[in-house]
Amino acid sequence: MSSIEVKNLSKSYGSTQALNQVSVNFEKDKIYGLLGRNGAGKTTLLNIITNRLFADSGEVLLDGKPIMENDCVLSNIYMMSEKCLFPEKMRVKDVFKWTSQFYPSFNMDYALSLSSKFELDLKKKRDSLSTGYGSIIKLVTAMSVNVPYVFFDEPVLGLDANYRDLFYRLLIEKYSERPFTAVVSTHLIDEVSPVIEHVVMIDKGHIIKDEPIESILSQGYTITGPANAVDLYVADKDVMSYDMLGGLKTAYVSGKVPSELPDNLEVTKMDLQKMFIKMTNDKEVSK
Amino acid sequence: MNIDFESDKPIFVQIAEWLEDAILSNAFEEESQIPSITEISVMCKINPATALKGINMLVDKEIVYKKRGLGMFVKEGAVKKLMKERKNMFYESYIEALLDEAKKLNLNKEDIIEMIERGYSK
Repeated sequence: MSSIEVKNLSKSYGSTQALNQVSVNFEKDKIYGLLGRNGAGKTTLLNIITNRLFADSGEVLLDGKPIMENDCVLSNIYMMSEKCLFPEKMRVKDVFKWTSQFYPSFNMDYALSLSSKFELDLKKKRDSLSTGYGSIIKLVTAMSVNVPYVFFDEPVLGLDANYRDLFYRLLIEKYSERPFTAVVSTHLIDEVSPVIEHVVMIDKGHIIKDEPIESILSQGYTITGPANAVDLYVADKDVMSYDMLGGLKTAYVSGKVPSELPDNLEVTKMDLQKMFIKMTNDKEVSK
Repeated sequence: MNIDFESDKPIFVQIAEWLEDAILSNAFEEESQIPSITEISVMCKINPATALKGINMLVDKEIVYKKRGLGMFVKEGAVKKLMKERKNMFYESYIEALLDEAKKLNLNKEDIIEMIERGYSK
């Protein structure tokens, strides 16, 4: 099956190790969430995959072929980057035309229809767009290129609630009509979590999770109740952290949700955002 | 339709139950077409694989079926089947929960029966 294979990538900036022996696969026709805290290495990883940065060691393969300096392979990959790399004085419409020269599969009609949905002014110059529209022009382009692998780095940065909503709907619509691999890197975990199928979590340059979202969600739960009852119950369990509110204690536990519980305890599932916070928090001194 | 993303109930189960409710209320009549995977996933902003999983639950229960090239349709007899299933589940989903809560509140059998009668007389 077609996939992008990332093998043992390492990258340092001076004394900072941004990626440390990172290996991960992005399979065909799946929506991925790439999650990590600020400075975790997400953008570095994406930049290496799209040949904008060179790794110190390791390699990236598409269907077994190295992507490095290989235009033929790279034409299957598009990256919507955090920075806007389109020429500053170029008008919106020309940005589309320009992109279509590099990506022959670019669908101009679709780009124009998306522009009108987002009320993006085609005559405006790129550098006169607001923060939100700076994201929108990149989004519209990324959605219109029609290549098998599209990476979105912070796609909804600066977008209002309405346009974020519109983006998720368009992504799902596009994906279900014509499946492709979408890798979405974002901090808005609650919003993106129902949309994604597979989660890749990166922390301090290491991949800490690479699993279907369902499997991640089944690995943790919270137990709430009177402090002594909670302590007793979690005594033999792997607890990530605690919250205290008066005599009421909540324990965040890793492991499968229990089926039998003492009467005075309440169990709830943890959502992806909570899991993420617990997994990537520097170990707090708690209890 | 509203998906409760905070709920302990998986999203695909919520999708299946929502479709069942719509079939029970005749919003989707027997032998009529139900919304497509794309329509459901765009509307609820969920991954199409999740929507498919919800619909497949109904296919397995023989509530809906696939017409090749056309889409998913409600099976004849689906309403009757769902009614029967929901009736069987009524005890588990409502009576047991009711008794649990009543116990916490020290409500006895007479109190509960009185409340049920009050509900009927409204």
